[in-house]
Amino acid sequence: MSTRSTIYLDYASTTPVDPRVASKMMEFLTPDGQFGNPASRSHRFGWKADEAVEEARSHVANLVNCDPREIVWTSGATEADNLAIKGVARFYKSKGNHIITSKIEHKAVLDPCRQLEREGFEVTYLDPNDKGVIDPEDVKSAIKDTTILISIMHINNELGTVNNISKIGEIAREKGIFFHVDAAQSTGKTLIDLEKMQIDLMSFSAHKTYGPKGIGALYVRRKPRVRLEALIHGGGHERGMRSGTLATHQIVGMGEAFRIAKEEMDTDHKKVSEFHQKFLEKVKKIDHVYINGDLDNKVPNILNVSFNFVEGESLIMGLKDIAVSSGSACTSASLEPSYVLRALGRKDELAHSSIRFSFGRFTSDEDVENTLDILGNVVHRLRELSPLWEMHLDGVDLDKVEWNLH
Amino acid sequence: MAYSKKVVEKFENTLNNPEAFNVGRFDPKESNVGTGMVGAPACGDVMKLQIKCEPKGNTHVIKDVKFKTYGCGSAIASSSELVDMLIGKTLEEAKAIKNIEIVKALELPPIKIHCSVLAEDSIRQAIEDYEAKQ
Repeated sequence: MSTRSTIYLDYASTTPVDPRVASKMMEFLTPDGQFGNPASRSHRFGWKADEAVEEARSHVANLVNCDPREIVWTSGATEADNLAIKGVARFYKSKGNHIITSKIEHKAVLDPCRQLEREGFEVTYLDPNDKGVIDPEDVKSAIKDTTILISIMHINNELGTVNNISKIGEIAREKGIFFHVDAAQSTGKTLIDLEKMQIDLMSFSAHKTYGPKGIGALYVRRKPRVRLEALIHGGGHERGMRSGTLATHQIVGMGEAFRIAKEEMDTDHKKVSEFHQKFLEKVKKIDHVYINGDLDNKVPNILNVSFNFVEGESLIMGLKDIAVSSGSACTSASLEPSYVLRALGRKDELAHSSIRFSFGRFTSDEDVENTLDILGNVVHRLRELSPLWEMHLDGVDLDKVEWNLH
Repeated sequence: MAYSKKVVEKFENTLNNPEAFNVGRFDPKESNVGTGMVGAPACGDVMKLQIKCEPKGNTHVIKDVKFKTYGCGSAIASSSELVDMLIGKTLEEAKAIKNIEIVKALELPPIKIHCSVLAEDSIRQAIEDYEAKQ
């Protein structure tokens, strides 16, 4: 079956590369293009590639209002998170061994923290409130004399909720603690001003913002200076923080994607806001639907919904011509319900019933309308199949049933 | 999360044509009906299986089956597959059905074997309930 008949509503997982970005990338691959190694100082091929890399660096810096010299290329947001967290913790370990993060972080933050625990660091994992937001006051009260790093995500990838990173930054700076933010979901969705915000490290990904996969960046503040222990050695590229020949075409792709993101942020935002509004209005008409996250404090491109009495994986299977996620795509190989929804205090069955819809630049009105039609129909039919729905209609309180756990 | 073609087919057929695939309910109070319900919402799957039987010689035969399942596509397909196996069987034959038969019929991957175990548990419970009434 052609994938073109499938409606794509999984932009928070990855976006297609904008055709304008792809054509720009093509200029840096073939013999007639600028294929040189940006580290080659002795000829034109190298100089041209280096120019392109630096231009891309400026585009990335421009989007988040920082100095281009503060941008370090990585293979993606996962590597940027690893470099920030392990790099800072290992460099400053003589100053302290305590790290603060949250339970709703992406695995790219949680797993490096687990690794640091094995190396003798102590990590505090904060709970979100019931809307999926980290309270800055909780961060403040978790701080100890030994705290060296705070890592809190900007926009949650499952819920789209937005943390107050300005406030957390103030708290961290006042105490002289480094603050890292995973902003993989933020670029092109909401304004980031690193000149104003007191943030020391920030991770970016290209492929969530219409750039290619396999490239990302870490912002590393110069004043006050943040130092890192590198994870990858070999050649001293990126001022020793990340060795390895720079992938010119990928970098150019990320630069172009971020340039467009800045230019078109308002149009993109307006478009997805309309989809969000329409989707929300219609989806609420289905009985026993719960919106996960905070409608007053989230980005409109992500909408996470629980359809009670229907299991999420079967719903995804029923929506076979619509590409959506049940919780994080990274956890769908396991049978565990979303750890993010569980952290909100949602009942497990509602976590099992959750679907994340995410819209983007190439979503059409038709996509949204067709999805809503199919969705209502499939939810209805799965409920006809569901013993829980039947019990609910019979007036049984499912919380009082003694289940046959197996 | 690649499903076998058989799981997808069974799931879709059941979803699109529930009555033909024995989705529904019997009155659990009827003396010739046995009901089994296994699993829990918090675990992500609940199966309810009902058998309607009649005596035949010195045993009983399953004449009709109804089910409802909350769970992933494999859980729904497993219940539906089990139903096909049950109709016309004596209780002894039904008790002898093993989950591995469902695994084979649907080509379930290891991560989904518990769906077939749940299906096996549901028929055992339904038979116990039926036998307790006789």
